[in-house]
Amino acid sequence: MGGFSIYATFRAFEGKFYEAAPYLSPFYSPLIDPHHHWLPLWFSPAMLILAFPLGFRATCYYYRKALYRAFLLDPPACAVGESPHRNYRGEAKFPFILQNAHRYFLYAAVVFLCFLWYDAFRAFWFPGPDKTLHFGIGLGSLVLLVNIVLLSLYLFSCHSLRHLIGGKMDCFSCTTFNLKRHGAWKKASFLNERHMLFAWASLISVGFADFYVRMVSSGIIKDLRIL
Amino acid sequence: MTNQTKYETHEHDVLIIGAGGAGLRAAIEALAAGARVAVVSKSLLGKAHTVMAEGGIAAAMANVDKADSWKTHFRDTMRGGKLVNNWRMAQLHAQESPERVRELEQWGALFDRTSDGDILQRAFGGHTFKRLCHVGDRTGLEMIRTLQDRGVQLGIDVFMECTVIRLLTDGNRVVGAFGYWREQGRFVVLKAKAVVMATGGIGKAWPVTSNSWECTGDGMALAYEAGADLLDMEFVQFHPTGMVWPPGVQGLLVTEAVRGEGGILRNKLGERFMEKYDPKRMELSTRDLVARSIYTEVKEGRGSEHGGAFLDISHKPPEYVKQKLPSMYHQFKELADVDITKGPMEVGPTCHYMMGGIRVDAETTAASLPGLFAAGESAAGLHGANRLGGNSLSDLVVFGRRAGLEASAFAAKSPAGGIDSGQIAEAEHDMLAPFERGDGENPYTVHRDLQNVMQNLVGIFRTEEDLTTALAELEKLKQRATRLRVEGSRLFNPGWHLARDLKCMLIVSEAVARSALARKESRGAHSRIDCPNPDEQWGKQNNVISREGDRMKLRQIPVKEMPDELRELVADDK
Amino acid sequence: MADAILEVFRGNQEVGGAKQYTVPITPGMVVLDALHYIQAHLEPDLAVRWNCKAGKCGSCSAEVNGKPRLTCKTRMDALPTDKPITVYPMKSFPVIKDLVTDVSWNYRVNRKIPPFTPKPGTDWKMYQEDMDRVQEFRKCIECFLCQNVCHVVRDHHKKEEFGGPRFFVRVASLEMHPLDNVSRAKLLKDELGIGYCNITKCCTEVCPEEIKITDNAIIPLKERVVDEFYDPIMKLVRKIRGAPKAG
Repeated sequence: MGGFSIYATFRAFEGKFYEAAPYLSPFYSPLIDPHHHWLPLWFSPAMLILAFPLGFRATCYYYRKALYRAFLLDPPACAVGESPHRNYRGEAKFPFILQNAHRYFLYAAVVFLCFLWYDAFRAFWFPGPDKTLHFGIGLGSLVLLVNIVLLSLYLFSCHSLRHLIGGKMDCFSCTTFNLKRHGAWKKASFLNERHMLFAWASLISVGFADFYVRMVSSGIIKDLRIL
Repeated sequence: MTNQTKYETHEHDVLIIGAGGAGLRAAIEALAAGARVAVVSKSLLGKAHTVMAEGGIAAAMANVDKADSWKTHFRDTMRGGKLVNNWRMAQLHAQESPERVRELEQWGALFDRTSDGDILQRAFGGHTFKRLCHVGDRTGLEMIRTLQDRGVQLGIDVFMECTVIRLLTDGNRVVGAFGYWREQGRFVVLKAKAVVMATGGIGKAWPVTSNSWECTGDGMALAYEAGADLLDMEFVQFHPTGMVWPPGVQGLLVTEAVRGEGGILRNKLGERFMEKYDPKRMELSTRDLVARSIYTEVKEGRGSEHGGAFLDISHKPPEYVKQKLPSMYHQFKELADVDITKGPMEVGPTCHYMMGGIRVDAETTAASLPGLFAAGESAAGLHGANRLGGNSLSDLVVFGRRAGLEASAFAAKSPAGGIDSGQIAEAEHDMLAPFERGDGENPYTVHRDLQNVMQNLVGIFRTEEDLTTALAELEKLKQRATRLRVEGSRLFNPGWHLARDLKCMLIVSEAVARSALARKESRGAHSRIDCPNPDEQWGKQNNVISREGDRMKLRQIPVKEMPDELRELVADDK
Repeated sequence: MADAILEVFRGNQEVGGAKQYTVPITPGMVVLDALHYIQAHLEPDLAVRWNCKAGKCGSCSAEVNGKPRLTCKTRMDALPTDKPITVYPMKSFPVIKDLVTDVSWNYRVNRKIPPFTPKPGTDWKMYQEDMDRVQEFRKCIECFLCQNVCHVVRDHHKKEEFGGPRFFVRVASLEMHPLDNVSRAKLLKDELGIGYCNITKCCTEVCPEEIKITDNAIIPLKERVVDEFYDPIMKLVRKIRGAPKAG
């Protein structure tokens, strides 16, 4: 987790090696003002973009647990002595009351997810010599595809989504529409049980996807073309 | 009269002893009737033995089998009880239980549902139709939680961890109780215009039992000591399926719902032995018969490794088993290392339920002493010689409600009685004596010996010789119980608590042995090897135990005659 | 048979300490069996709360080798025997004597919760798809292990402002009851202090009934509190639709 933060910060500030056609790093998608027409030169567009997925993760019910335990030691583990502080307010007061905004980061994440699906789709269309696009599969295409699938699973297993999609209903059987939402809620619940797994898997995959694009883009490695 | 300053004293209209299903239901009704109510409980609220009830609550709601009606339920109950039941209780029970179940639902209980949105009902031993409303295999928990929440909502006064050691009488009227707080060992006087006994059973007099520690027959013993009649004390139900291995959990209940959901009993040769004993109803025969069948199989050398039979539900899909029998699944997995979705359970009979108890009037639940009422397992009459599964939870709510209603009505028209400080002083003296003895027996040792006497001599199969020996042994144990010694202080002292409970168990055990010795026949849960058949004459009478000075007196009363239209309902030819 | 050494807390709130007992191990023995052995053979006044010894009543909670457990479901053969097995009372509640603690706080919290209040004129039809979710919460046996392990109670001592996992589970069972007609969101936020919970999941880890307390009760309730108090869009939607309560 800590390692990822350092890498992501470095990459966000680096502001280059984010594109290796047809691949686009998930850190830099969607491409915002890549030529710095209006963004100041020192400001990498990734900084704009990363705020949202990072916010989504930071307010995620799973990461909250992990962060409180690992960084704040509140509590460090179950049933071990923890130094009591009289001012403990949990998530009832600032700053952690902001965690309640999780669903807004979810809405933003849905938008980003659409861009990333588009990028993943694009990653299967390689520019030919005649400037037209041809279907193809490179290792990078697969990396981006796996990444977006894992990100989607992470998003669809979100606790807030599970609530909004149906969990907030008290009576599933009362109307046919509610019954449909019950179906959706059941699926979200199924995924939700694996939220932690998807959280880590997608974190690793997104980091790796960016790393892969950076390596290709900077010419350190060459993309392996499969088809 | 009483010295008001010496003891903590509380005054209520209705005092309810016991916070299980019957006690809480009585409290709710009495509160609704406007009475000031106190509930006394030996343990914390919501921990009563009712939570152990698993299979369901029997009520002829006809949600699954449309043909069901109170009449069939009545017939099943009477025939299950071998016709020595109090017919009027059985009738009221069958007629009122559906309404009591609906009421639970309206207070927030969540039963499993049919696809039509009604309460789902399952098959159970001795019931003609699918009749048991249930919540997986934790129906009792659902019920106690519902009643507990309802009581809390109505503002019930619960005296938790408080044990009643004596009923206080004014003349022959019950006017309160004397007890102590388990926590500090302090005594407390509970004055009341009416007292409801809802203290449950006596399973702890046997070593192999499904009952919790509280089931020490307190209510029966207290009522007996105060002068009330006990009825049908020979009828002790041995549930056919308790765990037999490992030793620590021996007796722990394996719900009848396992058989209700299709579980099959086999012996070590793989034979489905119920074919021999009851080919028609097989595993879903009445409990007395299944228990005896397993016992016989084991005795004749066809038992399992640890002296039981095999109960198998693994032919059902694992997910279904886990959904319908979740606590059984966990119980075996965690305590016996057996996965019941893959292999059979080892089961054997375990002491489960007391059909007998305080003799009450059917309509009012009034005991033979004015001011005393009783409901649930501590009362007798509904179940006759054998109780059907699921009829206990319905018993609790049907007669718990009636007890609350009648007790509050009695309280409303009665003046407060006088408290006799002599009775209190006597009880206090007896209670504290074990601390003062420099030398004496450990209550745990006497308890263990009592359990062995009851298991070996007053078990599933009985003989005149065994019962006579048992009475002699009980006499010795009673003597030993007067010489108990308790160590430590009065603060939460389990040894001291047991010394007190032991006295109740000894009284009730003697009542069981005396009644069993008298009934020279086999009927329902009472099986005499020396008199293996039912006897027509005994079929017409009930045993009644009462106190005469320091002696226990046994007499017979005729079984109440049924009206003709009910007699037709229970006739053989149907 | 081998012996085990149990180190059991003896004493009360003011004075007390650990005492060691040697207990012979029998097959399938649980910690509560060992405590019973001590009572019957060594020290009859050892105070232990228990009822069913079958994991159904939730009375025998204690801390075995530092872990909050039901002693009736803790197998001796699952514990290391090379060192003494420690058995201590639940830390979050005042000790009365030995392993018995004063859990009355829980009963006081429970009284704050408005009871099940059905919709007027209901026909009492309910369907299993609505039951499943709520029945999970109704499995609770009130062992109070979750209350005991929760660091908000255990370490931060917020008993006055906080309800604890057990009562979030209870509120969840009422809030998600298909026929209930009352919102307890304000109660959750203000009186039961659900915001104090930082979802670190210890309650879920200790639950002997395996109720997914955090994921299925607390987080959905937190989301409902967000609906009601922290989400401007939801507030707006409610205003437009004029609906007092979702669902």
